[in-house]
Amino acid sequence: MNDARFECLLRLGDNALVLAQRLCAWIGHGPVMEEDMAQANVALDLIGQARLWLAYAGELEGRGRDEDALAYGRDAGAFRNVLLVEQPNGDYAQTIARQFLFDAWHHAELSALTASSDARIAAIAAKALKEVSYHLERSSDWMLRLGDGTAESHARLQAALERLWMYSGELFDADAHDATLVEQGIVPAPQSLRAGWLQQVGAVCTAATLTMPDADAWMQHGGRQGRHSEHLGYLLAEMQFLPRAYPGVQW
Amino acid sequence: MKDWPLWEVFIRSQHGLAHKHVGSVHAPDAALALKNARDVYTRRNEGVSIWVVPSAAITASAPDDKAALFEPAQDKIYRHPTFFPVPEEVKHM
Amino acid sequence: MYAQMVDTGASRLRSREEMDADEQAFQARIDDGQKIEAQDWMPEGYRRTLVRQISQHAHSEIVGMLPEGNWITRAPSLKRKAILLAKVQDEAGHGLYLYSAAETLGVSREQLVDDLHTGRAKYSSIFNYPTLTWADIGAIGWLVDGAAIMNQIPLCRCSYGPYSRAMVRVCKEESFHQRQGYDLLLALCRGSEEQKAMAQDALERWWWPALMMFGPPDADSVHSAQSQAWKIKLLSNDELRQKFVDQTVPQAEYLGLRVPDADLRWNTERGHYDFGAIDWSEFHAVLKGNGPCNRERLQARREAWAEGEWVRAAALAYADKHAAAERHSQAA
Repeated sequence: MNDARFECLLRLGDNALVLAQRLCAWIGHGPVMEEDMAQANVALDLIGQARLWLAYAGELEGRGRDEDALAYGRDAGAFRNVLLVEQPNGDYAQTIARQFLFDAWHHAELSALTASSDARIAAIAAKALKEVSYHLERSSDWMLRLGDGTAESHARLQAALERLWMYSGELFDADAHDATLVEQGIVPAPQSLRAGWLQQVGAVCTAATLTMPDADAWMQHGGRQGRHSEHLGYLLAEMQFLPRAYPGVQW
Repeated sequence: MKDWPLWEVFIRSQHGLAHKHVGSVHAPDAALALKNARDVYTRRNEGVSIWVVPSAAITASAPDDKAALFEPAQDKIYRHPTFFPVPEEVKHM
Repeated sequence: MYAQMVDTGASRLRSREEMDADEQAFQARIDDGQKIEAQDWMPEGYRRTLVRQISQHAHSEIVGMLPEGNWITRAPSLKRKAILLAKVQDEAGHGLYLYSAAETLGVSREQLVDDLHTGRAKYSSIFNYPTLTWADIGAIGWLVDGAAIMNQIPLCRCSYGPYSRAMVRVCKEESFHQRQGYDLLLALCRGSEEQKAMAQDALERWWWPALMMFGPPDADSVHSAQSQAWKIKLLSNDELRQKFVDQTVPQAEYLGLRVPDADLRWNTERGHYDFGAIDWSEFHAVLKGNGPCNRERLQARREAWAEGEWVRAAALAYADKHAAAERHSQAA
């Protein structure tokens, strides 16, 4: 029973951690300094959330692994984040599109999790939801500005959307762990969030003069089960190198 | 390309005081100005409310008018309660 | 400190009698401890010097994000990652407070940024040194931020209102920066032999550049004299440097680290530490663009700005379109 919950917490924690790690690379290199500030705030929120989810995962597991042991001690195959968040930053359009597609799902997921039968999950979700509401507002703002800005920004964002689209389907995948947890009222059924997500993404795309890709297009799967893209290995190599070079010490 | 316009930022602190000028941000429009102000000026719980105003929309008094504008108030000392001695016996006024 | 060798445009400090009536009144206000505000009359030299100094300070914050930013993705724990990210984000914030103060003097952000990218404006020499290990992040917080705070606290009292208010804000936030650096090094010094060696190596590489941050001895500098008269520089470079050494040496001892200066010793008579001669040829070489990372730092800022251009343009285009639509709907 705890296996499923452990998996679910890793998924939540790894999504936040991997996306934060991606955003960290923007700091000092953003298109305008105000955006560096904003991206840093989003990344800080996500690191905070990752710590809460992973710490809980470690406790449930009961093998003495804390947030850092989980973040720094697992290889790519043991990471449970969706493929979407590990996609490279690309240009600012790709970063914004990735953020928006994720935020829209993240917001719906956390909203549902506030009613989780696991009180601790519900509490973490309630805290994270406030942060993610702001993330979603901001990424929506930028979808509009890039989509309905100049011809160049429109083309870039449309391309980014099409490029990332095949990673969006996985957000609504369900496996045996999900089935167990749904039955226990711990998590929402992933598919139950899809219609609302499609509607929201569609509305923002329309307002941003973008064409939303086909909802039934071919989708990639596997991140939630530990089958990742090539990108995650490099991301982890960078993130984990110090604790791996100097094992067993405190920082 | 021109700069994003400048916006003046005013923040109401948590202590229920009036909004106070804290600085400025650049933003392309009002909605992002508000968000940029939030991200730049309230990282440490500094505020509960933000105003942003296009810097160009502020009309300021000229320093040269300082004497004409403000000095006339200086000799109206009877407007201050301390101008009036209150007899020792009359407490709390 | 973040502003080094700021040119005041003065060839010598003029006496009161040589000033015209406006300048005399201006100097009298400064001597009286009054704050100068953006709209007040000010000598052109004062305005230009302030623009140089404040923007140099702002550029230092922004360029200073890069050496530390290097390590955000490699921080060894999630707690350290969050702390470092928050710290680097603060640097961006400080840069913005300072650009905002400089803009009150009638220059645009675009102009200031352009001056940085074309090499017309300077930034602190310290950020041209590389961050090679995680311990360097500790050394920057402890030494570089420590040196910066030493300079910034007096600047809270400087004569230009917007600058002094920005400094108050910066100082309030900055004390966390120095402490997080020291805390990071403390963890290393209490850790394994390898970690301690990493900390010692960082101190050896950052010590002298940190002392150079205060700038060359300014006893004979006409610019310093003018800046002090205008109260936009409140203590001399050497005074600040001595203060820094006096404060920092015991902190190094507590860490169990050795300061890389054979001539360093406590002078009972002076009540201060004596320290060895600084290699100013290195300082001037770095300032001229020949430090280990000058090219990389500027290149990174130029690229960020150039690659961001289409993003900034898009947001403006969107704002224009929607403002026009709003006017149209109001008219209808």
